[in-house]
Amino acid sequence: MVSLAATFGRGAMTNHWRDIKNADLILINGANPAEAHPVGFQWFMRAKLDRGAKIIHADPRFTRTSAVADMYLRIRTGSDVAYFGGLINYVLQNNLFHDAYVRNYTNASFIVKDGYSFKDGLFSGYDASKRTYNIATWSYETDSATGFAMRDLTLQHPRSVFQLMKQHYSRYTPEMVSSITGIPVADFKKVAELVGQMGKPDKVMTIVYAVGLTHHTTGGQLIRSGAALQLLLGNMGRPGGGMNAERGHANIQGNTDHAISWEILPGYLRIPAPGQKTIAEYVAASAPKKSDKNSWNFFGTNYSKFMVSTLKAWFGDAAKKDNEFAFDFIPKPASNASWMTIYDQALKGKMEGLILSGMTAASIGPDSNQVRDALGKLKWLVVMDALPTTSSEFWHAPGVDAASVKTEVFMVPTTHWIEKDGSFVNSGRWSQWKDQVLPPEGQARHDHWILADVFQRVKKLYQSQGGKFPDPVMALTFNYKDATKPELDEIAKEINGKDLTTGKQLASFALLKDDGTTTTGDWIYTGSYTEAGNLMKRRQGVQDPKANDPTGMGFFANWAWSWPLNRRVMYNRASADLDGKPWDATRPGITWDGSKWVGDVPDYPPTMDPHDPASWLPFIMNGEGVGRLFSNSMIDGPFPEHYEPVESPVANPLHPANSASPVAFLYDQAAGRPNRFGDAKEFPYIATSYRLTEHEHYVTQHVPHLVQLQPKAFVEIPYELANEKGIKNGEQVRVSSKRGKLEVAALVTKRLGALTVAGQKVYQIGIPIHWGYVGLSADSDPGKGRYWLANALTPFVGDANARTPEFKAFLVNVEKL
Amino acid sequence: MGVAGAGALAASGLGFDDALAKSTQIKQKLRIEGAKELHSVCPYCAVGCSLVAYTRAKSNGTTELLQIEGDPDSPVNEGRLCPKGATAMQLAVSPRRVESPLYRAAGATRWQKMSWDEMLDKIAKNIKSSRDATFVTTDGNGNTVNRTEGIAFAGGAAFSSEEGYFATKLMRGLGLVHLEQQARV
Repeated sequence: MVSLAATFGRGAMTNHWRDIKNADLILINGANPAEAHPVGFQWFMRAKLDRGAKIIHADPRFTRTSAVADMYLRIRTGSDVAYFGGLINYVLQNNLFHDAYVRNYTNASFIVKDGYSFKDGLFSGYDASKRTYNIATWSYETDSATGFAMRDLTLQHPRSVFQLMKQHYSRYTPEMVSSITGIPVADFKKVAELVGQMGKPDKVMTIVYAVGLTHHTTGGQLIRSGAALQLLLGNMGRPGGGMNAERGHANIQGNTDHAISWEILPGYLRIPAPGQKTIAEYVAASAPKKSDKNSWNFFGTNYSKFMVSTLKAWFGDAAKKDNEFAFDFIPKPASNASWMTIYDQALKGKMEGLILSGMTAASIGPDSNQVRDALGKLKWLVVMDALPTTSSEFWHAPGVDAASVKTEVFMVPTTHWIEKDGSFVNSGRWSQWKDQVLPPEGQARHDHWILADVFQRVKKLYQSQGGKFPDPVMALTFNYKDATKPELDEIAKEINGKDLTTGKQLASFALLKDDGTTTTGDWIYTGSYTEAGNLMKRRQGVQDPKANDPTGMGFFANWAWSWPLNRRVMYNRASADLDGKPWDATRPGITWDGSKWVGDVPDYPPTMDPHDPASWLPFIMNGEGVGRLFSNSMIDGPFPEHYEPVESPVANPLHPANSASPVAFLYDQAAGRPNRFGDAKEFPYIATSYRLTEHEHYVTQHVPHLVQLQPKAFVEIPYELANEKGIKNGEQVRVSSKRGKLEVAALVTKRLGALTVAGQKVYQIGIPIHWGYVGLSADSDPGKGRYWLANALTPFVGDANARTPEFKAFLVNVEKL
Repeated sequence: MGVAGAGALAASGLGFDDALAKSTQIKQKLRIEGAKELHSVCPYCAVGCSLVAYTRAKSNGTTELLQIEGDPDSPVNEGRLCPKGATAMQLAVSPRRVESPLYRAAGATRWQKMSWDEMLDKIAKNIKSSRDATFVTTDGNGNTVNRTEGIAFAGGAAFSSEEGYFATKLMRGLGLVHLEQQARV
């Protein structure tokens, strides 16, 4: 999501599920929607069956998605930058990009500062001792009078983004792509020809991906390479186009938006950093800066309004103009505080307590054995869940001596989704309200009631005993009828925000102010619960498609509510040409009718005439006003570049001296622990992990029907390799990495097969993630699922930008047991 | 089967299938007749399939969940569900639920039941103690940072959005910097 924000301005799926039916070509990378998102996949099939769309699936495994694709490409896991880079090269070399779009709606014409360079796998500014880049040279040359970026609309300037990009990707020839990815040259050329057609204004392609792109030390750049291709083809902002991230959990989107994430506050405001003393200093360091005269820079311009309104929502009367609206009450992290950092800190003895809710660290990993050690170094662990998890039970897991584990563990029984109301936000940003269907089971309590009650007790302790800086604890607003039992309806209203002078719910974030007279819990949700009521409850769907979807584009504007402001396709100003006419009249996003924009809710001022020379550029969230082919918001490079996974059987064919990402974060090394990486001599096979249709992470180990459908832990072994090793289908195998092992059944299959990479033959092993030592399967296993945790194998390293672990590419050995 | 049904049987070459479909429909109708119809969303992946749930109040005061099915009006799924969504009832009502708060003391080899009041008190004391022990008011450069370094919160992909927002607000209110959820991993 970091990569989408760095390219377009917001970190979320740009279109939505139903919109995929509008595409002419669907590229699927790092995803298996037919099995992982089967009901969403109906819209892919509608595109194929109703409009003859082609589907191209690039994946290590041949899956049910591949089975209905027009082309299947067996690709080496983690090599998608080379695939997209090769497509970018093909489009640029053959002038197949969408010319008007690229010139006007992207930063192709922007001129980069002298001093930027890329040599032998390293961008300018590299500091080898710190393993970081100083990104000062990755910026635009500016006009000294205006401070705006210099542009050359002819795209000929040698330091224009366009020319630098052309040069950067010229190395990604079909032969190089093939050498890195393992895709045969002829197959790659066929794909390139199909993709090359999609730069025509009346054609549109979508790229769909999931965690198969994210879970790499190059994850951010894998996604950005697809995003850059989409900008070149003019496919962003359009129905049937976009960069569409398929998220894996019911409300992962909503709770990212609401910032259960160390680096942000609600609505993707950055967490303040040490040294910022005032709102002004915070905004100066955090908000995008206007870098073109026609850039609205909507986010940057309004940043302080969103921040102040959130501080007012949280701290009420204690947030005043003369105390910078209680800016000091917001914690300022010293450094990265993400998922792996939590366990890294625990291993160092610096983390005392951990609260887990609906998330089991012991299974999720990476490096489950190390995570289990980390849990054992905590003073206390609170697990809030409806069902036992591998974390609540870690202290007496098979092979663990419970008496030696000194962590105090609390198992707090919570209610299920069906026992409470509130909204779930799907991948496509549609926020759908749920009813409370059942009362809480037995003694279970709602998570938010548990948290509220605990907070009130902590507050009482501070009142009676005093302690460290109790001010924010005392001031935090609890404007609910019952402070220990807030209703989700009350919280939904708080999230939307109101005008403190009138007491009325706000209809739009455009009404937020930075003078302390408005509140919002999360500005991107302002408009979801207005004076008209809770718009997330709306239900005007396919029971009357003519009335509820008049354009036929699938917007269904009165079904639920989507952020921002109920826009269904983000950046939709880019769906129309400079005059405001849709690039393709049969698939309009928004259209200028002479006095206003009609169609989807415009991601643009509703009455701004596109013919006005002062009219804004289309990507209103970016300081440039345009989409970024070149971005200095990524700390591992302004252009995506292929790097090998941290564990790889080959040296990078592009630059063997800098093979893996030079800035991937090596947690163990940084903490003074030995890096536990394997090499191809000891661990010759590439492994990748994934999910099955019948299971959802780990919770479904408690669902009898699903356990019956997929009862047993297994790994998928390529047929040819199994023959070499004498492994028969169903036999037990040991799969080991430098960090741990699995002992499970072998599923011998031709869905996986050998690849030729950098002139070598390599095999890929497939590992479903769903099993562990808790659940119905483990209960019936003689070994109690002791060696079933897939993440016992995965490395404790992170992507430079997001610190996402490399779950999807690592080295293993396979032995018959 | 009435006369109309028999007529339909006679008119159709594959009458038995039609009859079976019809009787399934009737059975389905009886199953949910008089039930309360409520709306929900599938708890699994992020397609966000809309659900219809049927419940009936029983004479003993409890609520019985009769059925969960895909919502035919939804533009997201048009009534369809995958194997996970289709078995959502077995997640909703499960004999495997944790029945009461459970506590495991340091070094203990088994769980012990605990009252809610005692458990919430203990958790609150732990939070206060760890917050006070690891709170940093001012960093080495003299900057006001007001952060709790020694407590982490992770989770929320199964929360309603409003619960997630509330968790963020409370944890930031306590000064937490280690705040994470499923999006990272």
